[in-house]
Amino acid sequence: MFAGMDAQAAALVLARMQFAFTVSFHFIFPAFSIGLASYLAVLEALWLKTGKELYLDLFRYWLKIFSVAFAMGVVSGLVMSYQFGTNWSVFSDKVGGVIGPLMAYEVLTAFFLEAGFLGVMLFGMNRVGRGLHFAATLMVAVGTFISAFWILSVNSWMQTPTGFEIGPNGAFMPGPSWAAIIFNPSFPYRLVHTVIAAYLTTAFVVGAVGAWHLLRDRVNLHARKMFSMAMWMAALVAPVQIFVGDMHGLNTLEHQPAKVMAMEGHYQSHPDGAPLYLFGIPDDKDQKLDYAIAIPKASSLILKHDPNAPLAGLDTIAPDKRPPVWIVFWSFRIMVGLGFLMLGLGLWSLLARTRKKLYDWPLLHRLAVLMGPSGFIAVIAGWVTTEVGRQPYTVYGLLTTADSVSPIAAPAVATSLAAFVVVYFAVFGIGTWYIVHLMKDPPHPHEPALEEEERAPIRSAGITPAQHMDAQSDGAAS
Amino acid sequence: MIDLTTIWALIIAFAVLMYVVMDGFDLGIGILFPWFHEGAERDQAMNAIAPVWDGNETWLVLGGGGLFAAFPLAYAIILPATYPLIIAMLLGLVFRGVAFEFRWRDPRHRAFWDWAFFAGSLIAALAQGITLGALLQGIHVEGRAYAGGWLDWLSPYSLMTGAGVVAGYALLGACWLAIKVEGSAEDKAFRYARLAAWATLALMASVSLATPFLAHQYFQRWFTEPMIFWLVPVPMLTAGLAILLLRAVHARQPVRPFLYALGLFLLGMIGLGVSMWPWVVPQSISIWDAAAPERSQVFMLIGVGLIMPLILVYTGWAYWVFRGKVGEHGYH
Repeated sequence: MFAGMDAQAAALVLARMQFAFTVSFHFIFPAFSIGLASYLAVLEALWLKTGKELYLDLFRYWLKIFSVAFAMGVVSGLVMSYQFGTNWSVFSDKVGGVIGPLMAYEVLTAFFLEAGFLGVMLFGMNRVGRGLHFAATLMVAVGTFISAFWILSVNSWMQTPTGFEIGPNGAFMPGPSWAAIIFNPSFPYRLVHTVIAAYLTTAFVVGAVGAWHLLRDRVNLHARKMFSMAMWMAALVAPVQIFVGDMHGLNTLEHQPAKVMAMEGHYQSHPDGAPLYLFGIPDDKDQKLDYAIAIPKASSLILKHDPNAPLAGLDTIAPDKRPPVWIVFWSFRIMVGLGFLMLGLGLWSLLARTRKKLYDWPLLHRLAVLMGPSGFIAVIAGWVTTEVGRQPYTVYGLLTTADSVSPIAAPAVATSLAAFVVVYFAVFGIGTWYIVHLMKDPPHPHEPALEEEERAPIRSAGITPAQHMDAQSDGAAS
Repeated sequence: MIDLTTIWALIIAFAVLMYVVMDGFDLGIGILFPWFHEGAERDQAMNAIAPVWDGNETWLVLGGGGLFAAFPLAYAIILPATYPLIIAMLLGLVFRGVAFEFRWRDPRHRAFWDWAFFAGSLIAALAQGITLGALLQGIHVEGRAYAGGWLDWLSPYSLMTGAGVVAGYALLGACWLAIKVEGSAEDKAFRYARLAAWATLALMASVSLATPFLAHQYFQRWFTEPMIFWLVPVPMLTAGLAILLLRAVHARQPVRPFLYALGLFLLGMIGLGVSMWPWVVPQSISIWDAAAPERSQVFMLIGVGLIMPLILVYTGWAYWVFRGKVGEHGYH
């Protein structure tokens, strides 16, 4: 694929591949841990409120999974915080003054909070008492949300930059209002859409694990509880997500029309109503959609709420400013298709509830198991849509990707990319296998806590609050 | 005299110092890991840092993120200049970080993850130390970008600083273990603390002697009047602390060796500051050249002023919760 490319162009492509690879891999973990941290907080709150041991068992069960996922999120996230400098140094130099402070705020308000309370959340139940432990869990959950807030503000600013000035050396500088930078036009939509996506991702994982164990033992109370909770999320939140996604799309149409043209496969302009292409093979070379299956005027209806509204196509965009349609067209369809499948499963679960068959409908459980990874695929497909769709820019309309890259020769980038690919697939592949292995065992009564496993005591000599707490919780449960 | 840019240089220096000492003892334990026996010794060593390593590593994100935010030009020059080192460090930290969880999840392959913990820690420490040397020996800058090759960082001097940081981290790790573990692991901690102390002191002395001859500026800074009189206490304090450290280790005092080792790192940092000031990329980019716009500095300073005290309080609380010895007994 590098034939006929000069060394600089090859280095650019490699740097882009490296960023795409490392950030996609990274985001899998926060997409899971944002939702899981909140789920853990809910479980612990329910345990504290009701005193039912069942919730504590579920909390401990998912905490083990969380600890593995979170560690992978941390180490893959660290890579991201340095990669702006290693591979996108011109970008860093030009926009550091604007987005750097937002990322610094992410570290200060989110990363320290998560990391500071994670140890207590994982190992501290017997050392700090229930109230403080719950506070620690809550802080971790809040931290994951704050982190999403800042990093999505950064990403949104790159998509819809506002509130900046251009300095004497061509660098972006903050204007008088930081609110204008932080709350840029696409940020509210992207934040809500992404956080809901994380919640749905977690819900479908939890639901799949519950369904898996129901298929083996349909009276397992723990499996019932988690399956039911997950299906409520699917039924209630999937429709909200579809609505929010639609709003996000309209916002994109307003600020990044070329991205929507690529998503829709609109190579040509449609002056009197654009069709909605359900299927097609985009051909960027000849700028046409082959084998298209279309619903006439439906795209105008969705995007403009008027079947006859004109919609511009990529033919109105300069050829060197068009995003690659093939990737965006398909990643968008994967995301939307999975979204509707999620909605379908949610509705089915409601039907099952009304028929009192929620725990006795193997076909439903089979589909739920199958849908376990759907959130991850949808989330990555969504990011591919938005990131590839904003090409060829890093700061939309103002700084191109080609002008952002570091002066690092192709062999060096190729080596690092190869190293990332090998290490990530090996390490995170094994980590994911450990997680699946943990999920394979059903949660059961008296689920052992992390610190009671063989890793044993993080406790000081002479203090054994563990027995004391166990006695307490047994008392509460009986 | 004290302007926003200077304050920011001090904040970044503080973040780097916090990182170096806090993740320093984590990485140091990783470096010493193979010399602890499988079972109680290693489990204790791991548990001595398991609840806090993530918080410790966050200072590295603050150092990198802070440099990006406060001195974007420096971030944009130093990282490409040390590209292979940064990538190696990040990959090392990947292995080190996941090993904390993975070794418990997979007893059959625990030996492998223990090895990954060691190798990851060693590579990360070495890469950080070599990066320090690469920075001090100077980076080839043209305009606003790095203009050298991808192996410019490699020199006998940078390898020496790399070894120095490895030894220093091992010292911190051993001293931390001396506080946290019991039994045979504690005996080993004191033994390795002594070895690491000697190695650290020897390498610190070598680096200190070599640095003034790297560049005229460093020589002038240290050896001309009246600076020389102001700076004489730095090596003298270092020598004094070195003696105290060796004695405390020999006497198997519980907490003091760690405190003296911290003191050594603080003095090393001061020496580094004396040599580098006011450059962020020595001899080519000053802190003022690299500084972010004033509005960025002010906005972040508000955040640091409000939030940093809170961070220090709850980090301190997390350490307090897990205070005391980890304990050898009580394993299931």
